[in-house]
Amino acid sequence: MDLFDLTLHELHTKLKTREVSSHEATSAMLARISTFEPQINAFITVTPEKALADAAAADKRIAAGEMSCLTGIPLALKDIFLTEGILTTCGSRILNNFVPPYSATSYEKLKEQGVVLLGKLNQDEFAMGSSNESSAFGVVRNPWNIDCIPGGSSGGSAAAIAARQATVTLGTDTGGSIRQPASHCGCVGLKPTYGRVSRYGVIAYASSLDQVGPLTRDVTDCAIMLQAIAGHDPKDSTSVNIAVPDYRAALTGDVKGLKIGLPKEYFIAGLDPDVQAAMDRAIETYRRLGAEFVDISLPHTDYAVASYYLIATAEASSNLARYDGVRFGHRAGQTEGLLEMYSKTRSQGFGSEVKRRIVLGTYALSSGYYDAYYVKAQKVRTLIMRDFIQAFEGVDVIMTPVAPTPAFKIGEKTNDPLQMYLSDIFTIPVNLAGTCAMSIPAGHSTNGLPIGMQLIGKPFGEETILRAAYAFEQATEWHTMKAPL
Amino acid sequence: MKITTADVEYVARLARLDLSNEEKCLFAGQMDAILGYVEKLNELNTDGILPTSHAVPMENAFREDRIQPSIGVEKALANAPDPVLNFYRVPKVIE
Repeated sequence: MDLFDLTLHELHTKLKTREVSSHEATSAMLARISTFEPQINAFITVTPEKALADAAAADKRIAAGEMSCLTGIPLALKDIFLTEGILTTCGSRILNNFVPPYSATSYEKLKEQGVVLLGKLNQDEFAMGSSNESSAFGVVRNPWNIDCIPGGSSGGSAAAIAARQATVTLGTDTGGSIRQPASHCGCVGLKPTYGRVSRYGVIAYASSLDQVGPLTRDVTDCAIMLQAIAGHDPKDSTSVNIAVPDYRAALTGDVKGLKIGLPKEYFIAGLDPDVQAAMDRAIETYRRLGAEFVDISLPHTDYAVASYYLIATAEASSNLARYDGVRFGHRAGQTEGLLEMYSKTRSQGFGSEVKRRIVLGTYALSSGYYDAYYVKAQKVRTLIMRDFIQAFEGVDVIMTPVAPTPAFKIGEKTNDPLQMYLSDIFTIPVNLAGTCAMSIPAGHSTNGLPIGMQLIGKPFGEETILRAAYAFEQATEWHTMKAPL
Repeated sequence: MKITTADVEYVARLARLDLSNEEKCLFAGQMDAILGYVEKLNELNTDGILPTSHAVPMENAFREDRIQPSIGVEKALANAPDPVLNFYRVPKVIE
């Protein structure tokens, strides 16, 4: 097995026993990146010098016996995470020269453990998209089939795992942006409960929905990464001061008596037959392992996409007001007066999808429409949250597909934003409810594309979904399959 | 409901966006479809339902008012498109 194929925990063992050095693992990854980047385009910025310096520091730490489970692990971050001294674009032209003066808390926490930064990953512009086609730095291709999208918005984060260009990655999830690409690229992706992980230093899209999470090759790696980034941060007043449990201890393999809810609203007529078949097989697997299934209802599911696209765009229109050409980023040249400087800067710097969402969000917040759209959407959000609270009175975990179809073709939905938005129909309700959910590999379509299964947990119930995911992973081999590169 | 290019123009001005005529036409049609879709929210009776602005119940997070180190002028200006001395220079606002 090549070094780039190893999971985080496997590589950790080899680093610990000195069978390999971080320098060797990092070099193998950098070589892999050079080979496949022309095809996949998972990275916006590769940082080979920084990576080799980080690896040398990690090897010193390992030699001194000061190692944690992340020391020397080569990883990459979605380009939405601020990294001090390293270009951070958020997939946008408007930030194509932005070098942040400080780093995101989640990256600071990983740095303390001595990780190796390979680079910054491609994404939809400002995390707005479900296909990674809205990046100003080109589309990312799905390593399983390069004619297909990798999913979005953390498309680079998922494709880099599938192409084995990084051992683990971080992404962000506002309406499915970790889980949907994880599903399409056959990796594990976790969106923690809102408030579980600090958002400090993460470029804001929709602040009441955004959350940071890991994309990994298996569930054990996911638990290790969550452990590293979870916890209260005084710099993020929405991060919650609740003790962080030992996530790895939750990986017992035992799901006997676990009550899994199947919401009827998620098993709809339009569901792709391959996705349905994967879900049916997963149910059989869990039954064999001793879990119990309960039919449940989340009655307001069908209203989630509508509620989300009003709330998220409204918040985005406000968050993106800061890109005005004054303090950082692109500024339009040759303008007359301040107002023209603002509007020319923003029109040149933002791509089409970002402009569309700013316009929609501004409309929803504008005088005369605020109550009819924005407040109405927030009220429906309350109903969607209540659906989950009621459902979790009777079950421990809710199981659903991640996406209605496997990865679609590049270009297939670019001209129809509404169809694109509807591809997040199964992931969006979780963000509105603020709870946690993960995507794990659960099958392949007849044409060989990965299919993910979503496990939704109670707020701060990450241990339970990790336990359920781990038991499934132990019983199946989907997570071991590799993209044909 | 029919979104016109004038509606798009008005909102774009509020958002400080300078859209081309093609963009205005495109967005008007797409917004019309999207807002038509979100009309379905009106199928639900939300009388007496409180709006949710935040998924996790929390109160104001206070901290002690203590002076802490900040990034400093040099770093703060490092990304400025047009810095002058310790300032960000912008086009003239007042004649």
